[in-house]
Amino acid sequence: MKLRYTGSKPEADITQLFSPTMEELFELDEKVVYLDADLMGSLKTQELWKKHPDRVFNCGIQEANMVGVAAGLFLAGYKPYIHSFSPFATRRVFDQVFLSVGYAKKSVHLIGSDAGIMATDNGGTHMCFEDLALMRSIPGACVVDVSDAAMFMYLLKSTKDREGVTYFRTPRRNAPDIYEKDETFEVGKGKVLTEGEDLTIIASGVMTATALAAQRLLAEEGISARVVDPITVKPLDEALVLRCAEETGVIVTAENHNVIGGLGGAVAELVSENCPVPVLRVGIRDQYGQVGTEAFLREQYGLNPEDIVKKAHLALEKKKK
Amino acid sequence: MNERDERLELERFALRIRIGIVEAIAAKGGGHIGGTLDLAEFLSVLYLRFLRVRPEEPDWAGRDYLVCSKGHSGPALYSALALQGFFPYELLRTLNRGGTTLPGHCDRTKVPGIDATTGSLGQGLSIACGLAMGTRLSHTDQKVFCILGDGELGEGQNWEAAAFAAHHGLESLTAVLDWNKMQIDGSNDEVLRLGDPVEKFKAFGWDAELVDGKDVLAIRDAVSRAYRRKGRPGLIVLDTVKGGNIPCIQELPNNHCIGVPAQLADRAMEFLRSEAKRLGVEVAE
Ligand SMILES: Cc1ncc(C[n+]2csc(CCOP(=O)(O)OP(=O)(O)O)c2C)c(N)n1
Repeated sequence: MKLRYTGSKPEADITQLFSPTMEELFELDEKVVYLDADLMGSLKTQELWKKHPDRVFNCGIQEANMVGVAAGLFLAGYKPYIHSFSPFATRRVFDQVFLSVGYAKKSVHLIGSDAGIMATDNGGTHMCFEDLALMRSIPGACVVDVSDAAMFMYLLKSTKDREGVTYFRTPRRNAPDIYEKDETFEVGKGKVLTEGEDLTIIASGVMTATALAAQRLLAEEGISARVVDPITVKPLDEALVLRCAEETGVIVTAENHNVIGGLGGAVAELVSENCPVPVLRVGIRDQYGQVGTEAFLREQYGLNPEDIVKKAHLALEKKKK
Repeated sequence: MNERDERLELERFALRIRIGIVEAIAAKGGGHIGGTLDLAEFLSVLYLRFLRVRPEEPDWAGRDYLVCSKGHSGPALYSALALQGFFPYELLRTLNRGGTTLPGHCDRTKVPGIDATTGSLGQGLSIACGLAMGTRLSHTDQKVFCILGDGELGEGQNWEAAAFAAHHGLESLTAVLDWNKMQIDGSNDEVLRLGDPVEKFKAFGWDAELVDGKDVLAIRDAVSRAYRRKGRPGLIVLDTVKGGNIPCIQELPNNHCIGVPAQLADRAMEFLRSEAKRLGVEVAE
């Protein structure tokens, strides 16, 4: 498919696009409301707050209460979108999301920013390598590991009326553009970004661009890698993943998350039950976070294109056997 | 020591803590500077006059504990700890760099002298309750201090801890609120009104008092009362200004977590040097 990806900085950062998108949503549907927990500065929604004091609420530093309030707003007929940093939007409030929203059959959109290594300077306490696992375990939840701004903005709007828990984990800046501006996206429908026969790399979130870089390196060695973005880690595009397993015989997954419970886990679970081929996972090897720049952390946790290439070599060896 | 000399000594140490904070954050190029600087006077009083700790034995089982629940103010504690000899002062320059042992948020596993790992707001007071309960179970006279942020009090867990501490009469526990009236997205009044923290904690069954956060002698007297308090937990509300009395930082509309380029750092250091001259403190150029 046609991609915008060049590997360079995005034309516009997510922080620049987020508020205008929320505003579009406000116009589209008078029931949409937005809640934050004293982190409006980080997604640049302060102006939105000033402009729409009847649609935007800053709850203060009380994420659990914010989830409960969102659950109540839903009961009253509203469509709440709520934001905090990813650890506070998920693990800090897991029971509230699970029960007050999920189990009680309510609908709330959760936005967790700066997931995984994108927390950089905020360090280990803010570095969330488990949010995909947590949110995946909620029945019926939709879990999106945001790869670029176009995908995020599109799905924010298109999922407006989706039922249940919808979770977006998103970077705030420096995520390279991957998709054309007019690209469309669907929940549960993955995308094949590059065709290839030797192996499939399934990558989500900020690792999608990394996988495209790895694909180019592999191509230079004469290895043809298919790169797939699942778009939604849950529901996973099972048909597509199984087709890749069948056609390429081996899969490498890549995620900015613990290899336990996230994208790699989801793919391995599906493949082992239905079309057992080797699934090799690139991601955080059951470790905690730490401070550092994105580049430093990619080095520390093995999240560079070269790490995917190495895993691809291993995968091809396993495939031969 | 007469009161004038006492004040001078405590203000000098507060200034040195501030210099350490600015040097550390400037070396990184930015960080959580606002709500870090304003703790200097309190930490000066606590470390110089009260806290029973051993720099050469940070894990000494008989120490008084300090939990900094607003973990982003780590650099304030780190500066005080470095000056007290818990680790080399030069380490401050590695603040928050990849591979450092001084991450911006308080980390008990990496920093000698840090008693609690914090950074997800709202969890420290419960840890402090556990420590206070532990000291009671062990029949020691150890004290437990817990630094809180006013924005942080939005987290309900603080109020769970407040009820717990009062119910159990945790007299060794003293919470210290950095009442700078600001959080990230604005003032407490704009984001989430806090009301009068003294009245709130009193209603929970705590002793609580308001103290000028710049006045080292007033802080000294309050902490001294905390060491003698019986029967119930106590709260010292420090009336502070976010940005900690460095004009060029204090006057910024938002100084919570900011880039500190050389130019701003130079202006801050220039001010601190003039303060050093006034107080008779020697600082390296
Ligand atoms: C649970 C949680 N939610 C949000 C944050 C992000 N955050 C870090 S500091 C801060 C504001 C803190 O305000 P306050 O407690 O008043 O501290 P101060 O202004 O004294 O620095 C926020 C929202 C966090 N660290 N933890």
